Amino acid sequence: MSDEPLAGETWHRLHPLSPVVRSGRGLLAVLALVAFSASQGLGSGGSHVYEIAVPVAAAVAAVVNWLVTRWRLDGPTLRIETGLLRRDSRQLPVARIQAVDVARPFLARALGLAELRVRLAGSSHADGRLAYLPEQAALELRARLLAAHHGLDPATPEPAERVLVTVPNGRLVGSVVLSSASLVILLMIAEVVVALEVPQALAASGGTLAVWLIALGPLVWRRLASQYGFTVAESPDGIRIRRGLLSTVAETIPGRRVQAVRMVEPLLWRPLGWCRLEIDVAGSPGRDRADGSRRMRMTLLPVGGQDVGRQLMRTVLGASEPALRRPPRRARGKAPLSYHFLASGHDAATAMAVTGRLRRFTTWLPLEKTQSVRLVEGPVQRRLGLATVHVDAAGRDVRAEFRDRPGDEARRLVDELAMLSRSARQRVPETGVRTGHEHGISPAAGQQPAERVSPPD
Amino acid sequence: MSGSAGSVTKSPSPRLWHMRRAEVAVVAGLLAALAGVGAALLSSALTGAAVAVAVALGGLVALWFVRNRFRAWTYQERDEDLLVSRGVLIRRLSVVPYGRMQFVDVTAGPVERAYRLATLKLHTAAAASDARIPGLERDEAARLRDRLAALGEAKAAGL
Repeated sequence: MSDEPLAGETWHRLHPLSPVVRSGRGLLAVLALVAFSASQGLGSGGSHVYEIAVPVAAAVAAVVNWLVTRWRLDGPTLRIETGLLRRDSRQLPVARIQAVDVARPFLARALGLAELRVRLAGSSHADGRLAYLPEQAALELRARLLAAHHGLDPATPEPAERVLVTVPNGRLVGSVVLSSASLVILLMIAEVVVALEVPQALAASGGTLAVWLIALGPLVWRRLASQYGFTVAESPDGIRIRRGLLSTVAETIPGRRVQAVRMVEPLLWRPLGWCRLEIDVAGSPGRDRADGSRRMRMTLLPVGGQDVGRQLMRTVLGASEPALRRPPRRARGKAPLSYHFLASGHDAATAMAVTGRLRRFTTWLPLEKTQSVRLVEGPVQRRLGLATVHVDAAGRDVRAEFRDRPGDEARRLVDELAMLSRSARQRVPETGVRTGHEHGISPAAGQQPAERVSPPD
Repeated sequence: MSGSAGSVTKSPSPRLWHMRRAEVAVVAGLLAALAGVGAALLSSALTGAAVAVAVALGGLVALWFVRNRFRAWTYQERDEDLLVSRGVLIRRLSVVPYGRMQFVDVTAGPVERAYRLATLKLHTAAAASDARIPGLERDEAARLRDRLAALGEAKAAGL
């Protein structure tokens, strides 16, 4: 298949080696099991039949799956058809793409294959997955999808990218160690307390501690393996993240899809001035109800200096940092544990808020993404003449919180933020074309409201 | 204040108060009767009466709370957004731009139907933005729904 051009109206198959990769890991596990039981000489003839039947069935299923799966890029839609008995025909409007990933699990990487994942707003059921394509074909298809997403001719070659940040692996290891260090220290303290209180129980609890430390291993390994060689690059078709040690992933998020950027500074990282940067990409109420909406949170920078983090934020959002204001002193009584961090501010394009108790969270939210502005005033706050203003973006818990502002200022803020959001939205050029979902009251519209308009980009 | 022209602060129908009052009265009455009979059976009839009165008083307190809650609920259709404010203990004010609406829900449970009322709920892509108006008269609910749909259509914006 790899020799065919990707263009055109013809249907394409996945790579013939896909079944091998898909069932690869399970196959290896079963083979190991068979070998093990055979070496033990336990298995009678009958049990061996079962042990072989399972991997054979899995392999047959994988081959059948490969046989019945086909895809094609049909102008503005990517169509994927799969399923033998229950046919699943999926149409992914290119305009609604939230992110495109090229993933290479270890086995696929060894065979020169890659999986292409197209993420849309809403639940992961709506994602389109092509596993597996030849590596080159996957990259080409990604370029075509992104070009079409931006309203260009799909044949436009992939634009050159500019590397923004590379995370040194030594620092990554250091950050993971520090993250788990807090847990280890807690366990140590518990251990010492136990030892002082009940010396007899020391042996038993020591065993527990060892188990905990061993359990930490895979966790640390997983983080290292998934974020090894972390690189963030910027290209005209979006922000591109590459990462991974054995399995690699390249994620591309078209610009203007970012709902919010958050900077997290854990307690033990703060002396080193390190931070982690996360971005939220729209998760909108798809088939589920509004409260069941999902968010997509991605790591934009696993660890880096503050200045690097802020620089990256400015690049991603194309915004500057608004001036911050602290809540009045009387808020200290209401929020004693977080008062030292609380601050918030906004300018014409961005809302920024700092919260947190031990960890510091700094959120930047482009005002053009505002879904609603809310004012919440609890009983204690009312007595102190304070109120909190929330600026919500798409998804669950994606918001900037202007905590504990003076009451009259908060009321002014609500109107001002609502107005600024409106003008920010109007500033963004809307080249969108309706996708046909009439919005409104009918139940049908309620079921598929993922997005009524293609991206303002 | 943007869009103050023609934006009147409105409240749910007074029938919502009637409905809430009936709900509280029925629940409190049943509870008082049950608790009173139970206490009377366990000890004397006098204790039973006292318990029933205590529960009924509790119902009155609940009634006062429900009344305040009903009074606190207001909404305002401004030029560009819908403003809903509610809550007694925790006061909330939501501003939802028409262009951000994903869909509008109008629901009416059996009790609400008996009182010819409906609840309107506005959904946006953000899970947190809750703009809900209970106890709208049916005509008002239909009018508001159609108006919101039309405005949402006119001012729609992408994610």
